[in-house]
Amino acid sequence: MTFDKDVKYLESHEWARKDGDVVVCGISDYAQDSLGDVVFVELPEVGQTLKKGDAFGVVESVKAASDVYMPVSGEIVETNGVLEETPETINEDPFGDGWLIKIQPSDVSEYEGLMSAEDYKAYTEGLED
Amino acid sequence: MIKPIPALLYEQSESGRRAAVMPDCDVPESTFPEELLRADLKLPELSEPGVVRYFTQLSQLNFSIDTNFYPLGSCTMKYNPKVNEAMASLPGFLGHHPLQEEMLSQGSLELMYRLQEQLAAVSGFHSVSLQPAAGAQGEFAGISMIRAYHESRGEAHRRRVLIPDSAHGTNPATVTMAGYEPVELPSDANGNVDLQALKEACDDNLAALMITNPNTLGLFEEHIEEVTGTIHEFGGLVYGDGANMNALLGTLRPGDVGIDVMHFNLHKTFSTPHGGGGPGSGPVAAAEILAPFLPGPVVEREAEGGPYSFVTPAQSIGSIKLFYGNFGMNIRAFTYILMHGASGMRELGENAVLNANYLKSRIEKLLPVKYKRNCMHEFVAGGKIEGAEEITTRDIAKRLLDYGMHAPTVYFPLIVKEALMIEPTESENKRTLDAFVEALETIISEAREHPGLLHGAPHEMPLKRLDEVKAVKDLVLCMHP
Repeated sequence: MTFDKDVKYLESHEWARKDGDVVVCGISDYAQDSLGDVVFVELPEVGQTLKKGDAFGVVESVKAASDVYMPVSGEIVETNGVLEETPETINEDPFGDGWLIKIQPSDVSEYEGLMSAEDYKAYTEGLED
Repeated sequence: MIKPIPALLYEQSESGRRAAVMPDCDVPESTFPEELLRADLKLPELSEPGVVRYFTQLSQLNFSIDTNFYPLGSCTMKYNPKVNEAMASLPGFLGHHPLQEEMLSQGSLELMYRLQEQLAAVSGFHSVSLQPAAGAQGEFAGISMIRAYHESRGEAHRRRVLIPDSAHGTNPATVTMAGYEPVELPSDANGNVDLQALKEACDDNLAALMITNPNTLGLFEEHIEEVTGTIHEFGGLVYGDGANMNALLGTLRPGDVGIDVMHFNLHKTFSTPHGGGGPGSGPVAAAEILAPFLPGPVVEREAEGGPYSFVTPAQSIGSIKLFYGNFGMNIRAFTYILMHGASGMRELGENAVLNANYLKSRIEKLLPVKYKRNCMHEFVAGGKIEGAEEITTRDIAKRLLDYGMHAPTVYFPLIVKEALMIEPTESENKRTLDAFVEALETIISEAREHPGLLHGAPHEMPLKRLDEVKAVKDLVLCMHP
């Protein structure tokens, strides 16, 4: 299981990474592993403005369909078109090519409040039955 | 021996073969309009025995409760007594047309009326409508009734519906379909609704709570009255998902503990066939305040001894199914209830719970079971085998098929990792339950010694491991001969 140290995490298993002015968001390796083979991804319209914690899309696997939530408030500036044809990219490279959306954040301090890799790892260990 | 899958009718087709020989035409032939004639119409050509063998061979591939143990959690795959079929085949029912007028339909109406009364009595509600065609439609009817109720009181702003994370998976979909907003509630460490989180989630916009009790973990909600009380305090109503009603038969009436509206699944609790065996049926029952909103028509009787008639309740959400629901299922459920009587109902529920607890007490020695409580009609184990970490629930489920047992429900509920949801029902005897445990024991030792056997399973089925990802991504529903 990989816990990329260069990104921050949410309890709902999304990750967020600052990339210049924008925040890139995807789902963690732990999330893709729990979901299993991803078969469908629903992403928002570019230009939409959403609040931190709002559901922005759906990731569907053979086991379950899960909402994915905004790590920070802001405007959607880009979505990952590759996922339409090859949603399995999320399984193969969750922190890289499997990213979901790019957000123009309205309040950068929200990003700073997210969990570190270390804290997230401890959090997921607490979830084990 | 693995039964082979017969070649498709199209593949068996041979030009000129036919199942019927038409007699010579004894009236003048008329010509068919040219523009309606097609030369490219590919229809299979077979003899009558060829067609019969094809469908019989297909039917022999069925995996059913009549052939095998079927512990599919949350589905209540109980035995469907054959007397139900005998009653549904009575000529008076079989030949009855739904457009026949009321005075010539009194027998069928009486059956519907008495079934409404029986369902109300067993669940503690005021009135019942038999309209919904299955559980999901029953849910939709119930939530639509709640919505109509709030709107009738000028409270259309109430839009939030709370749903515990241990509820049936259909509940959030129902809420969304009804134009409401689903809000998930966490469970506490004992698998009950987290009361603190419940109170925090309640506000002036609360429309309802949808609760499944026992929940999908097979656990009885221990604070049910506190939960329903809190919802009522905030002006909301409580929907009860009656899919797990089998556990409560004769022991607890949901209407007595603050549930306002609930659906039944006649195809679960009351032994009518599932899926391909027949349509479902999801009658909806309501407390007095919601009774005027029931979907209609329902059957009423003006006076004792008087005729039965169809009536649409005063503020009905309307009709949600053609005619009167799936009437054939009403006959089967009514028969089942009469065959058992009130004391029999209680025994059914008790034996369902006893069977599940017996299995749980044996299986928790083999696989992790998260909640250390007695269960109701089902329980959830995790498909994690010590010493065979790479084996998943899916592998175990597929291998069970090789031992002639249907797999339990897998990967649901989502709050248990690698979930295996097991519901034996009251139909099974101890020998069958023990055979299931023994099969699991064998599979667990195979997992440690020959994990490849599990990864490749099933081996004894007409089809091997299916590619589920391809099935979702590349779904082909039409055959092109």
